[in-house]
Amino acid sequence: MDFLRPASWEEALAAKAEHPTAVPIAGGTDVMVEINFDHRRPEYLLDLTRVGDLYEWEAGEDSVRLGASVPYTKIMENLRTELPGLALASHTVASPQIRNRGGVGGNLGTASPAGDAHPALLAAGAEVEAESVRGTRLIPIDAFYTGVKRNALAADELIRAVHIKKADGPQQFSKVGTRNAMVIAVCAFGIALHPETRTVRTGIGSAAPTPVRAKAAEEFLNAALDEGGFWDNGKIITPSVAKQFADLCAGACNPIDDVRGTASYRRHAVGVMARRTLTWTWESYRGARRHTEGAA
Amino acid sequence: MRVNFTVNGRPQEADDVWEGESLLYVLRERLGLPGSKNACEQGECGSCTVRLDGVPVCACLVAAGQVEGREVVTVEGLAEYAKQRAEGGCGTGACGTTLQDARQWRATGTDSQAGQGTELSPIQQAFIDAGAVQCGFCTPGLLVAADEMLERHPNPSDADIREALSGNLCRCTGYEKIMDAVRLAAARQGEAV
Repeated sequence: MDFLRPASWEEALAAKAEHPTAVPIAGGTDVMVEINFDHRRPEYLLDLTRVGDLYEWEAGEDSVRLGASVPYTKIMENLRTELPGLALASHTVASPQIRNRGGVGGNLGTASPAGDAHPALLAAGAEVEAESVRGTRLIPIDAFYTGVKRNALAADELIRAVHIKKADGPQQFSKVGTRNAMVIAVCAFGIALHPETRTVRTGIGSAAPTPVRAKAAEEFLNAALDEGGFWDNGKIITPSVAKQFADLCAGACNPIDDVRGTASYRRHAVGVMARRTLTWTWESYRGARRHTEGAA
Repeated sequence: MRVNFTVNGRPQEADDVWEGESLLYVLRERLGLPGSKNACEQGECGSCTVRLDGVPVCACLVAAGQVEGREVVTVEGLAEYAKQRAEGGCGTGACGTTLQDARQWRATGTDSQAGQGTELSPIQQAFIDAGAVQCGFCTPGLLVAADEMLERHPNPSDADIREALSGNLCRCTGYEKIMDAVRLAAARQGEAV
């Protein structure tokens, strides 16, 4: 095994181009487990911890450019306003020790269906900034996950950053597990209300071969909210609408039975989380609406 | 490969390090510092918790090559580290814990059974006084994690303590005494100010 230690992003790209089999390592919270257990013996380890840019973030007009290695701890501490869904999801990642090391770039690189960041990214809307010596491209998050632990990256590409839409409305994240800390999600659900476009987006984790959006549920809800004038009148969401939304979210799952839970449990739990998080976010939207109207 | 880094305030050098080796292996097997415990090797249990550039991490998940030029504090250097912090830095220029001292470091508290000797950090003394050490395997990781939490939150709520220690498992299930110990250390810290 060789340990490659690029001092800059350009050096990292050059190393990845020269050694496409090199395994990038930043926080090490996935890669080191595989090496410790002898599940993986990469020819090259490509250490990205000396590339300082990867630990920086920048809030722009519409989106946040989040460096691939920004640890979850920093996201929780600094980006709660801009990226509430991702901040909530970050808080459920493992333990303080892991959150101090791990970041969204690693979650995307591993592309496990159980990665905690994915539902939040899908719901908020995001693009993955992938780069190689050939150039840079932005991969829409919906096209990024291609299979179980597979993603759209080419062999010579590295993830530099993630561009995540800044929240324009309430967001929520919910995760099922046996305790609060150190839990790999049995299943997880993210939701984001986008009042500016009058749409709702979702993300489901650990209940299909890849993280997925519940698109049929989103379409149904967008139409129902529109028809009932809900965005304007701020009424509570009709229980039948919430139920139908929950059923469609459960229907978007394609889960398996495994040690953490059964497929039918996952489907059921995703439905429950969908209904609850919709209620929480909608209540928060109504509250904010009343507040602005009161002020005006 | 060779890895140069700072351990407990002193520069150290580890040789013949395999590229896929963890920081934990380097500390225990190359430098002879077995204070950080090796249990799950997957970041689940927290018994190998050390501070890397001040931040608590699982040493089993840090690749050896990643610590080149960085600063690590292990449980063996915790007493000296806490002392320096209380004194507001290193006055003499010869602080830190040597490898020799760290290898021989023993918990010799101020109770009569343990006798007098190397001074303990406040969190270590509190663990002894509260009876928070059972089999002792999780203790080093808990000490490092708890000490760092008290540095950030001098006045922690129970929720703060639970959150900070959520990545450290105690298979003896001695959590209540561990909570007592951290509360005690926090209270003593408050009195001292």
